[in-house]
Amino acid sequence: MTAPAIELKGISKAFGPVQANKDISIRVMPGTIHGIIGENGAGKSTLMSILFGFYKADKGEIYISGNLTAIPDSQAAISAGIGMVFQHFKLVENFTVLENVVLGAEDSAMLKPSLARARKELKALAEEYGLNVEPDALIQDIGVGMQQRVEILKALYRKAEILILDEPTGVLTPAEADQLFRILERLKAEGKTIILITHKLREIMDATDTVSVMRRGEMTATVKTAETSPQELAELMVGRKVLLQVDKEVATPGANVLEVKDLRVVDDKGVERVKGISFNVAAGEILGIAGVAGNGQSELLEVLGGYENGTGTIIVNGTEIDLTGAHSDGQSRRDRGIAHVPEDRQREGLIMDYAAWENTAFGYHHDDKYQRSRLFMDNGAIQQDTVEKMERFDVRPPNPKLSAKNFSGGNQQKIVLAREIERNPDLLLVGQPTRGVDIGAIEFIHQQIVSLRDQGKAILLVSVELEEILSLADRVAVMFDGKIMGERLPSETNEQELGLLMAGITEMPDKPIIEAVEENLAHAGAGKEVH
Amino acid sequence: MDVMPKWAEVVLVPLISLVLAAILSALVILAIGENPWDALMLMIDGALGSTYGWGYTLYYATNFIFTGLAVAIAFHARMFNIGGEGQAVLGGLGVALVCLYIPWPHWSLALVGATLGAALFGAAWAAIPAYLQAKRGSHIVITTIMFNFIAAALLNYLLIGALKADGMEPATPKFAESAHLPSFQDMFSFGETALFRGAPANISFFVAVLACVAVWALIWKTRLGYEIRAFGHSESAAKYAGISPTKIIMVAMMISGGLAGMMAINNVMGEAERLVLNAVEGAGFIGIAVALMGRSHPFGVFLAAILFGFLYQGGAELALWTSIPRELIVVIQALVILFTGALDQMVRGPLEKMFLAARRNKAEA
Repeated sequence: MTAPAIELKGISKAFGPVQANKDISIRVMPGTIHGIIGENGAGKSTLMSILFGFYKADKGEIYISGNLTAIPDSQAAISAGIGMVFQHFKLVENFTVLENVVLGAEDSAMLKPSLARARKELKALAEEYGLNVEPDALIQDIGVGMQQRVEILKALYRKAEILILDEPTGVLTPAEADQLFRILERLKAEGKTIILITHKLREIMDATDTVSVMRRGEMTATVKTAETSPQELAELMVGRKVLLQVDKEVATPGANVLEVKDLRVVDDKGVERVKGISFNVAAGEILGIAGVAGNGQSELLEVLGGYENGTGTIIVNGTEIDLTGAHSDGQSRRDRGIAHVPEDRQREGLIMDYAAWENTAFGYHHDDKYQRSRLFMDNGAIQQDTVEKMERFDVRPPNPKLSAKNFSGGNQQKIVLAREIERNPDLLLVGQPTRGVDIGAIEFIHQQIVSLRDQGKAILLVSVELEEILSLADRVAVMFDGKIMGERLPSETNEQELGLLMAGITEMPDKPIIEAVEENLAHAGAGKEVH
Repeated sequence: MDVMPKWAEVVLVPLISLVLAAILSALVILAIGENPWDALMLMIDGALGSTYGWGYTLYYATNFIFTGLAVAIAFHARMFNIGGEGQAVLGGLGVALVCLYIPWPHWSLALVGATLGAALFGAAWAAIPAYLQAKRGSHIVITTIMFNFIAAALLNYLLIGALKADGMEPATPKFAESAHLPSFQDMFSFGETALFRGAPANISFFVAVLACVAVWALIWKTRLGYEIRAFGHSESAAKYAGISPTKIIMVAMMISGGLAGMMAINNVMGEAERLVLNAVEGAGFIGIAVALMGRSHPFGVFLAAILFGFLYQGGAELALWTSIPRELIVVIQALVILFTGALDQMVRGPLEKMFLAARRNKAEA
C-alpha cells in the first residue's frame, strides 16, 4: 500500500483562549482531490497555515509521503513539495507573469539566465497541464482567472507535488470556476495531490474524491464524496438538520419604492465604478444583484446608503433624494426609510469594540426613543430594547453588554439585521447577508429577509453567492464592470446564463464558453482591483 | 471574551508598571551614591507630608488634570493632540485678556469669565489643526506640535509688546485684586491655624474635578460622546452610520483644546496672577503621559495627575535637600512615562498569559 501524500496526526493549535485546531488527524492519498469543508472559523485556514509553515502547531506531527517532516516556515513547506494558492493572490501587479513565477526562486545572481530557463519550463508546464498563460503579460492586465493560473504555475514551478487551494472560486465567474476544476482534474491525472478548501457544498460534491468536515476546530468526519450528500455534509458541518432551500411564496409586487436612473459613481482614484445603471425595486419584492465581487455592487450600496457620492437620480417613494451635500449621509437616508445591512459588518455595520447594546443604537442614535434629554442618551432604554431584539432574533449569547467582537459571525449579523429590520424600513439594502455566517444562521437570516418582503417592503439584495440570489430574489439583475448586463426571472434562467452575464456576455457565444469569458474579462477587467 | 478582568486592566497593569519604574529609578539613585529609600521618604515627606506639600502637589495635579483630560478626549476620537502645550499658552492669553480688560466685581464672576476665555482661546488654537486635518488631511500630530512653537512665539511677541507691563520683565501687569482667586490657604484657614500656607493650590482644583465629571458624562452618557467614540473605533463604520468625520474631528479637537486652555485658570489666574513667559512649563506634554496612564478615563486621569503632581513636587524637594540633581528627577518622571505609557504591553502580555492559565486551570478543575 502506498503511503499517504500527507498525513497529519493529532494536530492542535490554540490562539489565546480559542482552540482553533483540536487533535486533528487526516490522511490524503496521492493522486486524489481531497476537500476540506467547514464554516467560517471552523479552523480550516489555521490547519492549512500549519501545513504551510505559517503557524507552529502546539501538538501533533506531519508526515509527507510517509516521512515525519518538520515545517517551521514556508520555505520548508515548499521544499517538502507543498504549494499553496491563497484566496487573495500574492502577485506583484506590475511584474509580468514570468517574473512573478520566478520571484523568490531565482537560481543565480543575474536575472536573465533564470528568466530564460523559467520561460522554457513555464511553457512545458503550461502544455503539460493545460494552464494557458501569457508569460510576458503584466499581472495588472490579465483577468482574475488567469492570475489564479499563475499562482498554480508558481507552485508547480517550485516542484509542488501537493497543491492546497484556499477558497479558489470566491472571485471567479461560474465558467472560470468550471475551467479551474478541469485543470485540477488534469493535475490529479498527472499524479498531483490536491487539497481544496471551500465552504461551498456543491464544489465539494463536483470536484473531490474524499472530503473532511471540520466543525469548531475538530475534524468531525472524513467520507468518500461518492457516498455522501450535500444534506449530510451540511448536517456534519452544523451539527444538526438544516434547511438548504428557502421556503417562500410568489411575490406580489406593489408600487415602485426605489427608482434608480443613470447612476454613476467615480471612486477617489478617479475610476468610474458604476457606469450609468437604472433599475427599480417595488414594494413586496426582492431584487437580487448578482455579479463577481468588485464589479460596482459595493459602490452602488454605498451611494444608496448615503456615504459615497454619485451622480444620477435616485427616487424613493416618489421623491428624489439628494446625492451630494448636507442631506446626503447615512442619517438622512435612514430618515427617508432606507435601512442598510452593509456588506462588511466588521468595518461598517458594527463597532467591534462597542457592546451589543451600543451597536443596537448605531445609526439610529438620534431616534427619540433612545434619548433621555436633549443632551443625554437613554442607555437604559437602549439596553432594554437590545434585550428584546436579541430574543426575537435569537442572538446568542443574549448578553447586551458583550462586545460585538465576542459574538460569532452569524450572531453579529443578527445584531445588524435586528437593528435594521426592526426599524420597519420601506426599503432594505442588504449586502452579502450571509458572508462568513454559519449555515444555521443563514437559514434564519434568509427567513427574516423573506418575511420582511412579505410585509410589503422593498428589498435590494447584493450577493456574490449565485445560489443565494437564485433562492431569495424575485428578480435578478447581473452587474459586470459597473453596468447591469441584464435582468432575469429566477424561474426562467439558470446558472450558466447568469454566469455568462457575470462575465459580461449577453448572447450565447459561437466559440467555447470559457474562451469567450476570458477574452471579455481580460478586456474589461484589466487593472481592476478585487477586494 | 476579554482576557483580563476589568480591575486587573485598570488597577493592576498601571500599578505593576509603576513599581517597575520605581525599581529602575532606585537603581539609578543607587548608582549616583544616594540611598533610594531615603530619597523616596524625602519625596513622600516633601510632597505629602504637610499641607504645604499637598498644596504644591495639588497645584501641579490641577494643571495635569486639565491637560490629561484634553489628551484623553482626543484619544477617544483616535486623534493624538500633542498641542496641549500651545493650547494652554493660548488659554493663558485668554485669561489675561479677560482679567486685564474687564473690571470684575467679584472673583467668582471673574473665574467664570476667565474659564470661558481660556476655553475659547484654547479651542480656537486647536480648531486650526483640526480643520487642516478634516479638510486637507494634514496630520494632526505634525500640525499641533508646530502650533506649540507658533503659540510660544506669539506669546513672546505680545509679552514684549502690546501686553507688556512697565519695567524690564516680559510679563503682563498684575491682575486686579477682584480677579484674584482664593487659594487653599484662604479657603482652609480657621482662626490661628492656617493650612496650605504659601502653597499655590487654589479653587481651580475644584474646577478640574468638575471637569473630570463633565468629561466622563460627555464621553459615556451623551450622544456626542457616543459619536466621538464610534468615530475613534472605526471611521468607516461612523460614515456608514451618518456620523460626519469633519464634525467629530472639529468638535473633539475643540473640546480638547478648550480643556488644555482651561489649565490657565490655575497657573495664570490662580498662581501667577499675571501672564508670564513659559507659564505652562511642559504641563501640556505631561498631559499625554497622564492620559496614557489613566487609560483615557477621567477617573484614571485624575489619579495619574495626582501621581505626577507628587513626582513634580517630591522631585523638587529631592533636588533641594540631596545631591541628586534636578535632571535626575526628569529621568525618574521619564521612567514612569516610559513604563506606564510606552511599555504598557510589556506588563500586559505576561499578565494576560497568567490570567489565561489561571482560567484554564479553573476550567479543567
